[in-house]
Amino acid sequence: MAATLEERRDRDRVRRNWWLSVPALVLLFVAAIGPLFIVLVYSFLTPGDYTGVQRPFTTEAWFQIFRERDIFDPAVTTWADAHITIFWRSVKLALATTLITFAVGLPTAWFIATRPPAQRAMWLFLITIPFWTNLLIRTFAILEIIRNEGLLNQVLLGLGLRSEPLQLLYTDTAVLIGMTYVYLPLMVLPLFAAIDRFDMRLIEAGYDLYASRLGVLRRVILPIIRPGIIAGSILVFIPALGAYVTPRVLGGGKNMMIGNFIELQFGQGRNWPLGSSLSVMLLIVVTVALLFYVRVATGGRRDG
Amino acid sequence: MSEAIAVEARGVSKVFGQGDGAVRALDNVSVAVRSGEFFTLLGPSGCGKTTLLRMIAGFESPTSGSILLDGTDITDLPPNRRPVNTVFQSYALFPHLTVAQNVAFGLAMLGRPGDEVKRRTAEMLALVKLDAMAGRRISQLSGGQQQRVALARALAPAPKVLLLDEPLSALDLKLRQAMQIELKRLQTETGITFIFVTHDQEEALTMSDRIAVMSAGHILQSGSPREIYSRPVNRFVADFIGETNFIPATVSGGVAALPGGAVPVARGAGRVTLAVRPEHVRLVPQGTEGALPGRVTNSVYFGTDSHIHVALSDGTEVVARLQSGPEGQSGPAVGTETGITFAPGSVQVLED
Repeated sequence: MAATLEERRDRDRVRRNWWLSVPALVLLFVAAIGPLFIVLVYSFLTPGDYTGVQRPFTTEAWFQIFRERDIFDPAVTTWADAHITIFWRSVKLALATTLITFAVGLPTAWFIATRPPAQRAMWLFLITIPFWTNLLIRTFAILEIIRNEGLLNQVLLGLGLRSEPLQLLYTDTAVLIGMTYVYLPLMVLPLFAAIDRFDMRLIEAGYDLYASRLGVLRRVILPIIRPGIIAGSILVFIPALGAYVTPRVLGGGKNMMIGNFIELQFGQGRNWPLGSSLSVMLLIVVTVALLFYVRVATGGRRDG
Repeated sequence: MSEAIAVEARGVSKVFGQGDGAVRALDNVSVAVRSGEFFTLLGPSGCGKTTLLRMIAGFESPTSGSILLDGTDITDLPPNRRPVNTVFQSYALFPHLTVAQNVAFGLAMLGRPGDEVKRRTAEMLALVKLDAMAGRRISQLSGGQQQRVALARALAPAPKVLLLDEPLSALDLKLRQAMQIELKRLQTETGITFIFVTHDQEEALTMSDRIAVMSAGHILQSGSPREIYSRPVNRFVADFIGETNFIPATVSGGVAALPGGAVPVARGAGRVTLAVRPEHVRLVPQGTEGALPGRVTNSVYFGTDSHIHVALSDGTEVVARLQSGPEGQSGPAVGTETGITFAPGSVQVLED
């Protein structure tokens, strides 16, 4: 279909005024692409004697992601099981967080979107309230609730549901609870936006055309709000994969995620190149996974 | 058309809300729709016609009373288990599916085999003349085409009854008239019972086998378009369907006394209202035997005809419809003294 005159005029105007985006481009370069480039360069350098990096250029840091050198004989190498365990735990926890926030977020977003308009603003406001408090403080609040002497265990013990405290803190479950709490709004908001645009009359149409309740959900509602599901999943999965504060506070030192491990290389580990190569690796994995996810989730279509 | 009853509502009432704010949308309504007929629920907005339709579809459950389909009580069946499909006012087409996928939706949900779904979908698209659009997205279609998809989608599962909720109201006049003929054709070709909801009396008269006129949760009259138009039971029906002159009169001994004359009537006694359609009012020279004297007060030209407003001697206004002549003549000029008579048998006596 031919572009209308207005569309062409608008397109021309946008092309002529490209220079207006220069400040944004400069900021993007200085704040995002520049540092990323530095990290990429660092990953090909040698660890400094005390900290930082030094020459020569080497691929050693990339080698170290996968293989571990024997302390006594550097020529002997074994698979870096610890790295793989940490990476796998990160992916597992991030995926679980995404799934749980979706399972909890969908009914929540549906509830808000189906309130009268006057009430909707209030519910959305309540959803965003956690953002007003520092992440660290909120995470410690969760810690207070789930620790052995915390609120949850007091209730469980008080009701006689358990004879001894439930050990939640410093487990993967604790990290999962914390991340679900922290990232839930990031799932609810895009889902709400999608459901808000959803024409509720389509539910009746589906129901009228012999779809069961589950059929309406699967064949009508979910496909139509798919853009919201994709946006919410990406917004939750990416920060969850690189989460640092939550696993640090609730997971203890033992249940490290990839973010904590990278931090370790820049701190006590004094291996900046390995920290850098791990960061770039994480970026590559996330990008590939994302492209794959979007391709699958949109069914290879580019419209809609 | 057989005499078998396809859909029946028995003593159906629907109350929305509770306490003081409660609204009685339907009040003890009973109606029977014959198998294979084009049945129209006609009435102003808020009369309960859509509520009744949604009850047959299964979207509302009656507060009391029951709904029967082919003699079986379906009051408690959910919409997906009723062999009834709806064409929605807003069409409610699935935006994420193509035209063909929309049409195939119901059949797929019924679990019909793939080749049957394909064949039936193609058949339906051909029926509504959209074969060429099968792969299009809904957003790429015009309003009239979307209307056809909605029809094909609802007809594809071969429902026992097709419900249509003001489906033509979003279309412009020309398209609406074309779709009226189209709908009638589809109904005749498929032989499916159509229940059509509208507030447009012309639409109802053109397409229906029978009409039920509704107001404030009641069915006032049901019958063929001719019966409803020529023998309205009360003032509301006479006023809602077409145009009508209401003339107060006093009846005694089979004769209604009117300003400057009298006309014979079939029934009634005492003070009544006479109803006469404008096309049954004739203008005759003053002094003609049996004519009521009057004066032309206004003349409105509509193209095919004109409305001539005549004031009787007591000021009561009677409108006469005059067909335009080949030269565009449109009856006597304003101020002309004239006489009016009513076509034999055209005067109805109404209970108010």
